[in-house]
Amino acid sequence: MTTSNPVLSVVGVSKSFGDNEVLSDVSFQVGKGETVCVLGPSGSGKSTLLRCINWLERPDVGQIHLNGEPVGVTSGGVVMNDRRLSRIRTRIGMVFQHFALWPHLTVLQNLMEAPVQVQRRPRAEIRDEALGLLAKVGLSDKRDAFPARLSGGQKQRVGIARALAMRPDLLLFDEPTSALDPELVGEVLVVMRDLAREGMTMVIVTHEMAFAREAATRVLFLDRGRVVETGPPDRFFSRPETERARQFLQRYTGETSAGRRSA
Amino acid sequence: MIRDFGIVWTERGLLLNGLANTAILSLVSVVGALLLGFVLTPALMSKKPAVSRAARAFVDGMRCIPFLLFAYIVYYGFPSIGINLDNWGAGLLALTIYNAAYMAEILRGAWAALPRDEIEAGVAFGFSELRLFRRIILPPLVLSAGPVIGNQLIQIIKDSAFLTIIALPELTHAASSIQSRYYVPFAAFITAVALYWGLCLIVEAGVNVLRQLADARR
Repeated sequence: MTTSNPVLSVVGVSKSFGDNEVLSDVSFQVGKGETVCVLGPSGSGKSTLLRCINWLERPDVGQIHLNGEPVGVTSGGVVMNDRRLSRIRTRIGMVFQHFALWPHLTVLQNLMEAPVQVQRRPRAEIRDEALGLLAKVGLSDKRDAFPARLSGGQKQRVGIARALAMRPDLLLFDEPTSALDPELVGEVLVVMRDLAREGMTMVIVTHEMAFAREAATRVLFLDRGRVVETGPPDRFFSRPETERARQFLQRYTGETSAGRRSA
Repeated sequence: MIRDFGIVWTERGLLLNGLANTAILSLVSVVGALLLGFVLTPALMSKKPAVSRAARAFVDGMRCIPFLLFAYIVYYGFPSIGINLDNWGAGLLALTIYNAAYMAEILRGAWAALPRDEIEAGVAFGFSELRLFRRIILPPLVLSAGPVIGNQLIQIIKDSAFLTIIALPELTHAASSIQSRYYVPFAAFITAVALYWGLCLIVEAGVNVLRQLADARR
């Protein structure tokens, strides 16, 4: 799975907040077209790991490479300036737990904002692509609506389309369905499943075990800031190798089969 | 009484000139105060203690001085430290600097209340520095702070009346000179009040437009 040219390579990343070590020597690679689901209990460092990938959070140590290019720190070991870091960030799309759509812009403007303002690609081309993406997530009729007028599921589908409008090499999802009402989770997962099928390279932090099992090409199980187990979802869910993973799965699959997934 | 208003009507040119000057004074200084406020606000929120303390001292100090006294200092006091301004220069400078302190505090409050997520999304999508501020932070900031900024503009319009003491030919000055020439205080001052009220209604209308834009996005 980890080819000689990974899209994302994370090597030895650690991060502490004060005395609290949130990530401890985390390493993994993501190949082109892979869908890696990061699983783990709350507080295991999943979101921090995701935020370190595009340097929204600055790792204390470790290297991150996107398509072989260093992120955050140059190969000479110097921290990049904002402008250089921003240019790299435009190639990493991000979908947020609480959507984080820009409230002053319409849906279509949300999609076009970064490609027009940051990437400076031709406006007409961006607009065509954005309209296509809205059609793809089933929201063509909402293009002139403001985010505040949308349901949670619609907001998150706009969030995904906004990230795709950047033509990213890599897409990061930070618990994209955790803030949604249970009946709205499905519509977002459908979009994500399609992306996985189309070969989009994605790292997804999620608590949706059924989704991870079905859509992931690989699972990364994090506990207390460490990668405890990694492998194909079938093996992870049916024959977890570690006691930690077994306990975690028992708790979660028990909870989900009794709760929201059956609804 | 009607005769008194008749006298004021014959001097309408003087009053309208005063009204125009009041409008110009207020507009120029609200724009200046906002621009200065945008410089002061990041200073107030700076992580460097020296910068944030200096900005805080200026803002708090300015808000504790009566405007009339500050205008006296700028017009009569500044020449002793080598800064000579005519009445227009002194009036504009006093109004602008004085209200910049208020604007900075208004903007700081609105900025701190903006959701962090949306700004962070801007950073994640490659916005930085000035572009991040201009495209992602400023528009929601103006929408949420708009009504309070409008309120401050009304304050500026009223404070500009003090500038009559440095012989600036604004609306209060015009009304005052009409009443002293013809001794029609009630008619002259009531007319000026009505004109101030009209100016404030225009500001209110502007604020309402902003409020509607904000409501559509809320």
